[in-house]
Amino acid sequence: MLNKQGRPTQPAESSTEIGQGSETYSGNKGLNLESPLIFEQGLDGRIGVDMAEPKQVESRLGSIARKNPIGLPDLSEPQVLRHFVRLSRQNYAIDSGFYPLGSCTMKHNPRINEKVARLAGLGDLHPMQPTSTVQGALELIDSLAHWLKTITGMPAVAMSPAAGAHGELCGVMAIRAAHEAKGEARTRILVPESAHGTNPATAALCGYKVDAVPAREDGRMDLDAFAEKLGPDVAGVMLTNPNTCGLFESDVKKIAGMVHEIGAYFYCDGANLNAILGRTRPGDLGVDAMHINLHKTFSTPHGGGGPGSGPVVLSDALSAFAPVPFITHGDNGFDLVEHQEGQAEKSFGRMKGYHGQMGMFIRALAYMQSHGSDGLRQIAEDAVLNANYIRVGLDDLMRSPFEGICMHEALFDDSSLKGTGVTTLDLAKALIDEGYHPMTMYFPLVVHGAMLIEPTESESRQTLDQFIGTMRYLLEKAKAGETEMFEQAPRFAPRRRLDETGAARHPVLRWVPETDEEEEKLSQAS
Amino acid sequence: MRYMPHTADERVEMLAKIGVGSVDDLFVDIPEEARLDALLDLPRHASEMDVEKNFRTLAAKNVSPYSTPSFLGAGAYQHHVPSVADHIIQRSEFLTAYTPYQPEISQGTLQALFEFQTQVAMITGMEVANASMYDGATSCAEAVLMACRITRRKKAVLSGNLHPHYREVTQTTLQFTEFKADELDPTLTGSEDFTSQISKETACVVVQNPDFFGRVEDFSALADKCHEAGALLIVVVNEIVSLGALMSPGDMGADIVAGEGQSIGVPLSYGGPYVGLLATRQKFVRQMPGRLCGQTVDQEGKRGFVLTLSTREQHIRREKATSNICTNAGLCSLAFTVHMSLLGETGFTKLAAVNHGEAATAADALSAIDGVELINETFFNEFTLKLSKNAAEVVEELAARHVLGGVPVSRLIPNDPEFDNMLLVAVTETCAESDLTAFVAALKEIL
Repeated sequence: MLNKQGRPTQPAESSTEIGQGSETYSGNKGLNLESPLIFEQGLDGRIGVDMAEPKQVESRLGSIARKNPIGLPDLSEPQVLRHFVRLSRQNYAIDSGFYPLGSCTMKHNPRINEKVARLAGLGDLHPMQPTSTVQGALELIDSLAHWLKTITGMPAVAMSPAAGAHGELCGVMAIRAAHEAKGEARTRILVPESAHGTNPATAALCGYKVDAVPAREDGRMDLDAFAEKLGPDVAGVMLTNPNTCGLFESDVKKIAGMVHEIGAYFYCDGANLNAILGRTRPGDLGVDAMHINLHKTFSTPHGGGGPGSGPVVLSDALSAFAPVPFITHGDNGFDLVEHQEGQAEKSFGRMKGYHGQMGMFIRALAYMQSHGSDGLRQIAEDAVLNANYIRVGLDDLMRSPFEGICMHEALFDDSSLKGTGVTTLDLAKALIDEGYHPMTMYFPLVVHGAMLIEPTESESRQTLDQFIGTMRYLLEKAKAGETEMFEQAPRFAPRRRLDETGAARHPVLRWVPETDEEEEKLSQAS
Repeated sequence: MRYMPHTADERVEMLAKIGVGSVDDLFVDIPEEARLDALLDLPRHASEMDVEKNFRTLAAKNVSPYSTPSFLGAGAYQHHVPSVADHIIQRSEFLTAYTPYQPEISQGTLQALFEFQTQVAMITGMEVANASMYDGATSCAEAVLMACRITRRKKAVLSGNLHPHYREVTQTTLQFTEFKADELDPTLTGSEDFTSQISKETACVVVQNPDFFGRVEDFSALADKCHEAGALLIVVVNEIVSLGALMSPGDMGADIVAGEGQSIGVPLSYGGPYVGLLATRQKFVRQMPGRLCGQTVDQEGKRGFVLTLSTREQHIRREKATSNICTNAGLCSLAFTVHMSLLGETGFTKLAAVNHGEAATAADALSAIDGVELINETFFNEFTLKLSKNAAEVVEELAARHVLGGVPVSRLIPNDPEFDNMLLVAVTETCAESDLTAFVAALKEIL
């Protein structure tokens, strides 16, 4: 069941005292600078990019040359720069503070990765250059593939998927293609209840019925329930490991064996690979396909929600079905297989334009080279160490729904807030006032009022101690009945709580000029 | 290791606080036979200086299209990216933030997304746009799925002159669903005839403008035909700069626009990451995939922005979601928004005019060479040449003369002799007069 508690937020009935008396004429407050929409700042005739005058030529645009204006605002370069710098300052970011957003692996994003991704001859290559002019690029992708295969102990990798969910789609399509190649029409995919929403959505897009498997008391998948659901119509299982409760599925090899016994395949959601780097390899656990979020485990920047990159490692059973393109080694160096023919005869097709998220490949490889085999293992060890340090730092005040050691993230439920009137959401918003990005809330869905805290290996002990201290302070305030600071939170952010219900009820998804035909047209349409 | 703060002593103290003897005790849930004791067979950690050297070595093995005459297109276009755009996307606060799940401390990302959505809607002539997709090809596939949901019909018709990657990605995406896409053959002569293709089962017709061969066309009549049959018209635009010079898909009556926004602000980066655009009519918004940013107010009545209509999405709807998509192309959409803001109406239309002028000049110069024939009657900044020799071989010979002279059509449409001598040539504002002179001279030598 979906836990809807605390979401979406409603603004309070009345305005609060906090903001009153502190208004300014400009709307700015010291270093807190507002910027109106870019469309409210334009003046016809300015320009922010100088260029030569167009050559006067006979038009080849046929009958469809643009006749109507677009309505874009004209601005100069300093105006545009200031606008976006002001906007940037209204964002929380890893570089500015602790961002323990569970299941998102918000780790340090090294700047050398940004630098090398912009080198001439890497960042500016065209995807359709002759392969003879991009041998270094193909070598780079091949080298990253080698690191990914070695880290996971898997024989093959499909590089093109653009994100985690896109990687899932790649893996499940390979599974379906493999079954079809055997002439089997299987119809069901088993997915644990605690899975990311992308898992069932992906299975559905591949034409499978999703069958949810419940969790056991200890937070792992219920093996008995799982065994009961297995049958000749099961195409595979999608299991996150370590799972979304931050626990390692210790029966994973048994699960793989059961899946393989009925001729099905084991898809592992690799979102949490960070916790096991260099400590175990999915290939040794019986995995057939697993996506790797380069934007989580290998530090390519999250960028406000993307772009990501989700290469998928594949077992021998599935590798023949991998999507195009892929790299081969020929007599003249590296080459690309771009069509479903020859070596790629069994390929299930193409997932995106061109060859994958090259910009992310460069950054991820730089990150891997920086760490090396020793550093990669240290990542997993410190990430797990930090999560457990937080767990024991809070476990006398908060309840872990599952006992014992956790992996890279510590999970708590909201039983500690029971009777206080403070919800998980309120606690999260109070953390904002304390200068933190809140943890993941209300996920996984199997835990009531869940709070999922993933510190990553990037954080120092001092940061963790301060966070633990803050959480303890807030929990004590909540238990002492001092609820106003929670109800009012966030008080010190660029915005107070926003009316999400209203936003969904009357969607305003773009700016429109105040007095314009456009507006009339829009209101007529809706 | 420079990225990890703990000292050896701290690790020991922290383990003690946790109540375990060693770090191995934290990994006991891993089955014993699958635990790794030794390090992976990979190099040890490297200094920043050494890493940089490795990448410089790799870069030196490539030819940068910005340092040699280059006429590459076929869905990805070489443009100048203003330094302000690249600076802004490297601001820590944009670069190292995640999806704006906590709107109170993510107004920067959210307002930029709202501006992005507005810009995309404006240039495509549509009412609303989402907060971006992975790329143009995946956006096209999602547009087809969306049209099938809206019309509750199961068949799509794809133009033969739609970029081959877009066709392939759409077919791959649909292959295990209940939906099906029929494709017309690519054609170098005349308009395609969709009349016989559209029926009561047709959910949508997908066309591209300018098309894969660079031609531009008015699809208004096709839009009417689609609507009469209860189908939707999807217009793909993968050279978004063209919209500064051309009538928008919205003006032609398109129901959904799927586009590639790379040309504005996003580096070529060997094919990704790019920024997929998806725009539509307000009434279809609840069938749209991907994130949407909406305007609202906070508790004090101040304007603010939030992610909205998330009940369409996988994290709420799971297997019943409109799409499995979670990630978007956030930072690339920001680069797009910054570049588009710098251009404004004046700059965007001027950029388009400059591109068209350069392309027309190049088309005239190239088609004057013996053994070169211009196929297009119309084009924006890309056109197709028919050469007297195999185009793939000519491109190799051009590369040997340090000219990246376009994309042979056979690279994207293989095994069809009709296209073996066809060359796609794109010309943008980055083309200097000397580049064109070098191209013409090299081509004369080869043919």
